[in-house]
Amino acid sequence: MSDSSTQKTANARSHDIVMAGLGKRRRAERRFRAYGLVSIMAALVFLVLLFTSIVSKGYSAFLYTNLALDITFDPQMIDPEGARSPEALASGDYDALWKSAIYKLFPDVTERQKKRALTGFVGSSAGQRLRAMVKADPSLIGSTQQVWLPVDDTIDMLAKGNLGDAAELSDKNKDSLIWLTELQNQSRIRKAINKEFFMNGDSREPEAAGIWGAVLGSAFTLLVTIGLSLPIGIAAAIYLEEFASRNRWTDLIEVNINNLAAVPSIVFGLLGLAVFINLFGLPRSSPLVGGLVLTLMTLPVIIIAGRSALKSVPPSVREAALGIGASPVQMVFHHVLPLAMPGMLTGAIIGTARALGESAPLLMIGMVAFIVDVPTGLTSPATVLPVQIYLWADSPERAFVERTSAAIMVLLVFLVMMNGLAVYLRKRYERRW
Amino acid sequence: MSHSTGQHYVGSHDRASPMNPRETTTTVKVDRDHRVTIGEYTSPNARIRCRDVGVFYGEKQAVQEINLDIGKHQVIALIGPSGCGKSTFLRCLNRMNDTIPDCRVTGEITMDGQPIYGEDVDVVPLRAQVGMVFQKPNPFPKSIFENVAYGPRIHGLVHVKSDMEEIVEKSLRRAGLWDEVKDRLAQPGTGLSGGQQQRLCIARTIAVNPEVILMDEPCSALDPIATAKIEQLIDELRTLYTIVIVTHSMQQAARVSQRTAYFHLGRLIEVGETAQVFTNPQHQLTEDYITGRFG
Amino acid sequence: MLLGVAAYHLGSRRARGLIKPDGPRLHSLPGFYGYYLALWATLPAMMVILLWLLGEGQIITAGALAALPAEMTQGDVNQLSLLVNDIRNVAAGSGYEQADTVIKSAAERYLQLERQSNLLLTVLSLCVSLGGALHAQRRITPEFRARNQVEKILTFGLTGCALLAILTTVGIVLSVLIESIRFFQMVPITDFLFGLKWSPQIAMRSDQVGSSGAFGAIPLLTGTLLISMVAMIVAVPIGLLSAIYLSEYAGPRFRSTAKPLLEILAGIPTVVYGFFAALVVAPFIRELGSSIGLDVSSESALAAGLVMGIMIIPFVCSLSDDFINAVPQSLRDGAYALGATQSETIRQVIMPAALPGVVGGILLAISRAIGETMIVVMAAGLSANLTFNPLAAVTTVTTQIVTLLVGDQEFDSPKTLAAFALGLVLFLLTLALNILALRIVRKYREQYE
Repeated sequence: MSDSSTQKTANARSHDIVMAGLGKRRRAERRFRAYGLVSIMAALVFLVLLFTSIVSKGYSAFLYTNLALDITFDPQMIDPEGARSPEALASGDYDALWKSAIYKLFPDVTERQKKRALTGFVGSSAGQRLRAMVKADPSLIGSTQQVWLPVDDTIDMLAKGNLGDAAELSDKNKDSLIWLTELQNQSRIRKAINKEFFMNGDSREPEAAGIWGAVLGSAFTLLVTIGLSLPIGIAAAIYLEEFASRNRWTDLIEVNINNLAAVPSIVFGLLGLAVFINLFGLPRSSPLVGGLVLTLMTLPVIIIAGRSALKSVPPSVREAALGIGASPVQMVFHHVLPLAMPGMLTGAIIGTARALGESAPLLMIGMVAFIVDVPTGLTSPATVLPVQIYLWADSPERAFVERTSAAIMVLLVFLVMMNGLAVYLRKRYERRW
Repeated sequence: MSHSTGQHYVGSHDRASPMNPRETTTTVKVDRDHRVTIGEYTSPNARIRCRDVGVFYGEKQAVQEINLDIGKHQVIALIGPSGCGKSTFLRCLNRMNDTIPDCRVTGEITMDGQPIYGEDVDVVPLRAQVGMVFQKPNPFPKSIFENVAYGPRIHGLVHVKSDMEEIVEKSLRRAGLWDEVKDRLAQPGTGLSGGQQQRLCIARTIAVNPEVILMDEPCSALDPIATAKIEQLIDELRTLYTIVIVTHSMQQAARVSQRTAYFHLGRLIEVGETAQVFTNPQHQLTEDYITGRFG
Repeated sequence: MLLGVAAYHLGSRRARGLIKPDGPRLHSLPGFYGYYLALWATLPAMMVILLWLLGEGQIITAGALAALPAEMTQGDVNQLSLLVNDIRNVAAGSGYEQADTVIKSAAERYLQLERQSNLLLTVLSLCVSLGGALHAQRRITPEFRARNQVEKILTFGLTGCALLAILTTVGIVLSVLIESIRFFQMVPITDFLFGLKWSPQIAMRSDQVGSSGAFGAIPLLTGTLLISMVAMIVAVPIGLLSAIYLSEYAGPRFRSTAKPLLEILAGIPTVVYGFFAALVVAPFIRELGSSIGLDVSSESALAAGLVMGIMIIPFVCSLSDDFINAVPQSLRDGAYALGATQSETIRQVIMPAALPGVVGGILLAISRAIGETMIVVMAAGLSANLTFNPLAAVTTVTTQIVTLLVGDQEFDSPKTLAAFALGLVLFLLTLALNILALRIVRKYREQYE
């Protein structure tokens, strides 16, 4: 019984020690918990920072500053011979039209240098626009119209206040600011929806640069990617999960797929360059090659997702099908596949969304070239949205910063839509066995 | 295992079988809802007192209206069919239910007069006083030595290495494991056999000098020989600790415990001296269970 | 395609025709006979078309070149490919006015050959298709096991799809390896692996000095390592602690909002991160540095690494979350029952138990950081400095691959081939990391199954 009494004192002693150390341990507990919370908050702050910086830089690109000029469509400048043929109309000096119009607005500007600055006020695409107007409606010639023309990209930045305080401006921009205020007072300045941004291809001039070419390029590329990776990926998943016997070959394939999923995307670009372009001679910069490269990149993702979707179909379904005399192939295609399809599609959409945001491998196969034309097919040179973002991000003009951010916003909208679709599919067809 | 009954209960089986349960209830002063616990649930030298204890998982009530005292230096066995709430009740005694989300405990549980579910009660010293051994042996992925030393270390019980070695040896000796592992203390605890792992877990619990040890079906994952060893160990530990053991095996309850409490559908039906509960159960349900009519 | 559909109907019709009340029973459903016929009608023809298209280009080009005067085709490979390009351009209709007559005639010949080839191909594929269908139709008898045949072809196709994964790997290895070997014939492999100086531009221009000695990959590797290290210093603690908080402390509501938000971070394209790094983070760090008197490069490794770290946070977090959740509850119970606090349980019991998995996850994250391209292309520099100062500008393997290959270079210069050698290094490095990580992770999963 002495054992018992020593135990009793030991218990009491232990209890005292535990109580004594408690405060310190509780503080450590709270500290640790705070670390965790701070970490999550840090990550979320990064997220918010990323979005706010891009949205705050980019939202203004959806509007563009336009200037109203009273253009006199002077026949002398457009078509002195009066032939009115398309060729003659095309060769007219349209720049002179808007130049004289803007000089008229500021008659007291006579200094040569300032005059030049004044012509720099209007976007350089103004002449083309006027030409297009006349081409569409030759009866304009001789009349005077108020025409809204996009201003130069620097002026647009100035109007949006993106160049900083008045004190920081260069002399030239100070002049521009004075003119701008005067024009604003005459209500000749307005902000309109920047249609060009959505409808044009790329351009060296920020005010004419748009994302439509890149969007179409992305669409063509994804078309190839989905068209190839979806059937092949699903077929491979079916084979590995349902038909392949487990042996060294299938083990090898499995390890292979897992590794491929983690190979850097740029290596796929090297593969595309060496095999598709140099070996097969497929056209450079084309959505076809881009799609093929992205297919190879997306396949492992789709296969892995497809296999786990097939795995989640309970064996009872298979046994039931085999039990009524279906062949293994019929079992898979009639019973297992329909049940696994939503899961497979979800994986495929997520994989495709990743392909949509991918740019590194596409740089390798020449989709980074400067392409003005909107692509017309799978083999015409094109670029894709992420690469367009990369290209614009590299451009020195201030105006491209805002366009880059806006293009990013468009890309993110697409991605959100795709991921939303995937989440919807998962929710809609979620099944617990 | 729990279906088989000992030979000496056959008589009671014969006596009960022809009876209508409803008639029986009238004979033993219990209403049909089994609202009242039969037997002496209080204990003169109670260490833990439970009064009107209920446990809810969300909206669902798993345990209700438990009144039970747990006395010093004795083994009390909680028996009953699966899902009867005995493990849930056991986990109330050192507040292990706190780790389960949506779990709520009502009523009052006191230990040495102090409510353990009080606002300002810290579970850490409570659990140091009320240790627990689980159904499946769960040694930490550390060495045997570290497994045993973990408790004293986190609680700051010892600061000198030699003291720690002493505690580890003492605990392993008490758990009857010392001779088997003294040469391989640095090896991982997960490498031991199931029975050894369970005794390691007991040693781990002992090392923090608890007053009460809760055991949740400690032998259900073990073979008969390992079980016998653990049962012998429980009997030895009784002199030093208060032990509450949940078991599926009635033989085990009969062998190791002094008091037995029978649970049914979240209620404590009957409690009493083990010999009395097994030879002369007062409640029809207890009798049905003990005679193997269900369970 | 159309032929295939027609063949299907023909086959199933014929099979139905074979059903007679007193005759032998069909082995398979009529549809299978249709499929069988359709497969025979389409597959061989498709094969012919594919082969034809692969070979066509070379033959036509050769034909067109033959139309040129002999002295023009004597030039070296580069000039020849330029010539071919010209011909193709003219044939496609661009720059027709400017082209000289020789090229024009060659282009005409090119177009003519192309037309002939197309015609020939159409006829040939039609013949093959009809022949296949005919052959299959003759085999349709009640005893014929059409279902088994169709299924055999189908499984064959499925196998082919699965093998594509291996083919891709083989393709990567071969394409990168072959070009690398060609590179190592020009630049010794030891110079490449152990050289301390990287300046491919100089090597290009200095034909007279000899173009070796400037392809040392060490500065690139240290640069990659430096940026990856910065990234991991950001991502591992934040990701790991976030995972711990989410899985052990957070309530279900916090968890169900915070987790998808973190996953958004994973879904953002890397080019966006690159833009963010170059435009927001790098200037910010530069200003911060200059305000405390440090000279920070505007393309500092710190900025690129920081943003890369942000990108990897969700990756580390979700992997760690998985591994922490895989630790059995019984271990937690054991620690709690001893009176351990939650943080003690996490740090001393759960983390050691989850460690192998977490290490595997971190290795995967490192491999991602090494292979990440856009962030470093946009935010890290081009100058190959051999330094471990995170405030200086460094360049990485991926950045150099991009700069070497973007733009019009002839394919055989050591400069472009160097990109493939770098690609090989990158591939092997990440492959080793991945295999190691996947092995660790798999072992870990088995442990708790």
